[in-house]
Amino acid sequence: MPEKELCITHEKPLAFFPHFERKGEGEDQTHYCPGCGHGIVHKLLAETIDELGIQDRTILISPVGCSVFAYYYFDTGNVQAAHGRAPAVATAVKRAHPNSIVISYQGDGDLAAIGAAEILHCANRNENVTVLFVNNTIYGMTGGQMAPTSLPGQKTTTSPGGRDPGRDGYPMRVSELLATLESPAFIERASLGNVKTILQAKKAIRRAIECQMEGKGFSMVELLSPCPTIWKLDPVAAQKRVHDEMERYFEPGIKCDRRASRPEPREAAPPPPLADFSRLLNLPDDNGRTAPAHAHDAERLDWRIRIAGFGGQGVLLLGQLLAEAAMDDGLEVSWLPSYGPEMRSGTSNCHVRISSHPIDSPLVTRANALLALNEPSLRKFLDTVEPGGLVLYNGDHLPDDCRRDNVSVYALPFAEIANQLGSAKVGNMVMLGAFLALSHFLPDERMEAALARLVSSERWVEIDKKALAVGRERVPAEEFRHA
Amino acid sequence: MDVKGRVEIDRELCKGCGLCVEACVPKVLHLSARLNASGYTPAEYTGTSCSGCGLCFYACPEPGTLRVWKLMATVAA
Repeated sequence: MPEKELCITHEKPLAFFPHFERKGEGEDQTHYCPGCGHGIVHKLLAETIDELGIQDRTILISPVGCSVFAYYYFDTGNVQAAHGRAPAVATAVKRAHPNSIVISYQGDGDLAAIGAAEILHCANRNENVTVLFVNNTIYGMTGGQMAPTSLPGQKTTTSPGGRDPGRDGYPMRVSELLATLESPAFIERASLGNVKTILQAKKAIRRAIECQMEGKGFSMVELLSPCPTIWKLDPVAAQKRVHDEMERYFEPGIKCDRRASRPEPREAAPPPPLADFSRLLNLPDDNGRTAPAHAHDAERLDWRIRIAGFGGQGVLLLGQLLAEAAMDDGLEVSWLPSYGPEMRSGTSNCHVRISSHPIDSPLVTRANALLALNEPSLRKFLDTVEPGGLVLYNGDHLPDDCRRDNVSVYALPFAEIANQLGSAKVGNMVMLGAFLALSHFLPDERMEAALARLVSSERWVEIDKKALAVGRERVPAEEFRHA
Repeated sequence: MDVKGRVEIDRELCKGCGLCVEACVPKVLHLSARLNASGYTPAEYTGTSCSGCGLCFYACPEPGTLRVWKLMATVAA
């Protein structure tokens, strides 16, 4: 006859921390109310993690809501996401760590209201993550406001007379909604309405996580869950409400299961070798690049340039060319465009920083060079130029009421000059040529290489080069030195 | 006496929600008449007829409150 003895069959799963450190006193308790469904879902999830042997590669995405503190309880990887954004964070974590098991844990306020877009697109991309969606038809943590899932007639602090579908709409059946999409692999709704359905819920959670482990794609389990405190019911009555009322509206069961029809997951294509990046991005070969800041070591170079004009004058391209050419020359650069929604007219400006040292901020608040392509831009930014700075203005002279005597001003009709070359559009290039001649820090071949890269039409590259050359010749030959 | 199972309840961790009492098939659990330190009336097992089924464990929302034993065949050493 076989020996028999009492053995432990059920105890705190290992996926939980041995001690919960959030509370000083009673540190082994959760913060959840008596009878809360979160504690049950936590336990089912922790057991499933134990059974599948995935604790060391599970990353839990905690939401905003009562379950925000999941990271105090689960001894797994944890990232806490902004309200509703857990599926987006889960997407990033899974893509960065394809071998991890990523579980987004969310309530109905989080997932179905503020996070409706994130869950919809995560499901539609069939991201290979698992979502546990705890639906208790209410905002619990914030004190009982109506949720998208609140049942018709349900009294909440924001529907004190009961949810009126005519005024508030009907409760959203999120699982059915997502199941209408072609993409998601597995969606099931389970209930914590009694201990029998709780056992079914555990199986559902296991199916969902296995779906992810097999690489089949998006899986979600919606769990109908009690909130005794906010419902103002005792825990047993709250559990009964889940079974009697919630299950009637939110029918448990598998809503879609496309695991069998999903192809075997493919290995992602390896990224191209690092050496090919220059070619793919159409950048000059690193081998052809001179040593960083070769000619700039002697003195600290720090250009803070504001370029401004009408949209369509080539303001942004001017800045981009400067930044790219300087980058090729081994300098630190930043280019920050700032413009309205208009493609033409409207105002446009950009901030360019070029430095022999790392750049702290791409913003140019105190400029040492202003390239103003029209009068409003001159008026707007002239005062931001620091004493000793350089101002290039597209006009014969500065307006009489708009003068600065402690900056170097070069007023020339750049657009007129360009017009004589054949196109007023290249006024920006004439001005750029003038700036290069005055600033004298960038070899011509750098600018020509940047031009060839950023301007796709060969014909325009030739016109631009001509305009640059004319601009260089039109300013005094002496070198400008900024303060 | 033929003991088939046993359940151990940490009365200080229990919040007295009563869901285990509801889930218990042989009806051998009840809520204590005495309060614990947190002011809850915790669940108690004082009898001998626990079957070791473990349903109370799944009904309980607190991870560490319950531990269930069941009479099982062991491989002779």
